[in-house]
Amino acid sequence: MIREFADADIVYLIEAARWTLLLALTATVGGGLLGIVVAVLRVIPFRPLNWLAIAWINLIQGTPLLGQLFVFFFGLPLVGLSVDAWTAAALSLSIYASAFFGEIWRGSLQSVSQRQWEAGAALGLTYAQRLGHVVLPQAIRISIAPTVGFLVQLVKNTSLTALIGFVELTRASQIISGATFAPLPVYLTAAVIYFIICFSLSQLAHMLERRLHVAR
Amino acid sequence: MSLVELADIRKRFGAVEVLKGISLTLEKGEIVAVIGRSGSGKSTMLRCINGLEKVQAGRIVVDGIDVTAPKADLNLLRQRAGMVFQSYNLFPHLNVERNVMLALKLVRKLDTSAAREVARAVVTKVGLADKLHAYPDELSGGQQQRVAIARSLAMQPTLMLFDEITSALDPELVGEVLRVLEGVASEGMTMMLVTHEMNFAKNVADRVIFMHEGRIHEDGPARETLLEPRTAELRSFLNAVLH
Amino acid sequence: MSYNFKFDVLLRYVPEILQGVFLTLQFSVITMLCGLAIGLIVAMASISPLMPLRACARIYVEALRNTPLLVQLFIVFFGLPSIGIRLGANTAALIALSINMGAYGAEILRAGFESVRQSQIEAGRSLGLTAGQTFRHVVLFQAVKTIYPALASQFVLIMLTTSVVSSIGATELFHQAAFIDSRTYRSFETYTLITISYLVLTLAFRAFFAGVYWVVFVRRPRR
Ligand SMILES: Nc1ncnc2c1ncn2[C@@H]1O[C@H](COP(=O)(O)OP(=O)(O)OP(=O)(O)O)[C@@H](O)[C@H]1O
Ligand SMILES: [Mg+2]
Repeated sequence: MIREFADADIVYLIEAARWTLLLALTATVGGGLLGIVVAVLRVIPFRPLNWLAIAWINLIQGTPLLGQLFVFFFGLPLVGLSVDAWTAAALSLSIYASAFFGEIWRGSLQSVSQRQWEAGAALGLTYAQRLGHVVLPQAIRISIAPTVGFLVQLVKNTSLTALIGFVELTRASQIISGATFAPLPVYLTAAVIYFIICFSLSQLAHMLERRLHVAR
Repeated sequence: MSLVELADIRKRFGAVEVLKGISLTLEKGEIVAVIGRSGSGKSTMLRCINGLEKVQAGRIVVDGIDVTAPKADLNLLRQRAGMVFQSYNLFPHLNVERNVMLALKLVRKLDTSAAREVARAVVTKVGLADKLHAYPDELSGGQQQRVAIARSLAMQPTLMLFDEITSALDPELVGEVLRVLEGVASEGMTMMLVTHEMNFAKNVADRVIFMHEGRIHEDGPARETLLEPRTAELRSFLNAVLH
Repeated sequence: MSYNFKFDVLLRYVPEILQGVFLTLQFSVITMLCGLAIGLIVAMASISPLMPLRACARIYVEALRNTPLLVQLFIVFFGLPSIGIRLGANTAALIALSINMGAYGAEILRAGFESVRQSQIEAGRSLGLTAGQTFRHVVLFQAVKTIYPALASQFVLIMLTTSVVSSIGATELFHQAAFIDSRTYRSFETYTLITISYLVLTLAFRAFFAGVYWVVFVRRPRR
């Protein structure tokens, strides 16, 4: 049955966008937690662990996310986990995000200059005190804008999960496009929804960058 | 005819008039020091003379080239009028020799070996023969500035403009650059230099121009003008820089 | 756990994989070049004194950077036919990729030109170099040096991103995975192998670009 592209379809797309957001949010939390581990392993003064983190980052940043998605989608059942598209999507996006968060946060940590460590030491602070009161507050400040900036990439990349069959905004568009035979308005609508989400995040990142840069 | 003629030039940036009617002439071989407070328009005047800035009114003629004419040949003008900047502005991706050779090849159309010969001669003249193959970031500020002078000198200009070329240097490096300038002066080059080195102005320049709020406030023989200023403004300026 | 991982059956498909690699590289190079050409136009518009041009450049960049490539691809491949523009999968893929890359290229190029200080241009001009000579011999080299790392990582990124165009049936490396999968029914092994192939490409190109950087920008000829 072919029908017109109607208001109800727009509502359907907006509802599907909630899955896009939920997936991005899940990957942010999961990738964030894992990313902290990656960043710590990357800066800790113990070479083998640094290498481990570097290998992890290279493996993920050196392969296509689409490949990672398929490997998880087909691989997890083989190790006995019954996996639906959501689990494969959430897991691989979290792992994907962990590499990028890890790199962003490592960069932020290392951009706090050695002098700040020394200044803290000169005041007689312990290592933990220097980290917690001198270095971390500055590093977090530096990292906020690029972190939000990466969220834009993350939201856009959730669209790839459509290709393993997870019904988020892009997959929903494919479905409606098939039902209405009106691909142009459907995909343009999807693009507008993505744009609203991503542009807001981009602007937020810009604003934070300006704000946090001026106020030092 | 004079080598440089400025007739009532006016220059505005937006609504602010920075040069409010400057007239002066410069004879061949003359060495003129331009002094004045920050913001008085010294750099702007120099930049107008070699066409880096456009004037709103007045006429500038340099070595027979009408700079203010709509179709002025600015590239020819800039071969005749060399300019050295406060911040050296060497090309970071070229070594000393190539910094000097670039314009020789592109503008004066010398072939590589002729350009290299000229480059070596001028670099030797500024005392850096051993640095021919060094890159700008491997040189001290004073050495970089000497290369910048050599680069300009290599074009065999008839006039050289220097804009506070020692101001960015550590005090102990100023001397070596001033000595190079003296060398250039002694060979009869026509020079116009903005400077805060009053002793240098007194001893090397023939003439001093004191700029104040976009106008030439005093213009006269170097020693006399600096030792016996006629106006209160120059007197207070000299007091400020000498103490 | 009873599953037998079998990679050896895939060995027969090495020629297909190599062909995929070749096609992916072809896609990447063309995308990079077209994207930079578009990017140059957009970058020039974005620093133009004309407000409407600047606005257009801004809209272009924001629209493309804030929507997923996959949706852009679907618009070009599935959407355009409804207004009478019918494109083959490979053509549609190249167009979508290039337009997308144009937005990133514009930002990279603009940053490059802005990184060269005005004083360098003045130094060139005051030696009598023409505007063109100053651009070629003074600005360009320094600008390219500044943007080279960004360009190199952008190329690798494009290479990985092209995998997405397999979704409309464009023929490149990731497309070969679907083909091999359909013959062997070894989905996991196939996609793992293909994914690892990308890793090999990435590492090889990074090494290559680093080498080029060293030869062109770091090594200092003493003559
Ligand atoms: N490109 C420009 N745009 C706007 N205003 C400018 C520009 N260049 C110079 N000015 C203004 O013109 C005035 C004169 O500047 P100029 O650089 O000629 O002064 P100066 O005498 O060389 O000072 P200093 O000793 O600080 O170098 C200043 O008020 C300056 O702010
Ligand atoms: Mg000045």
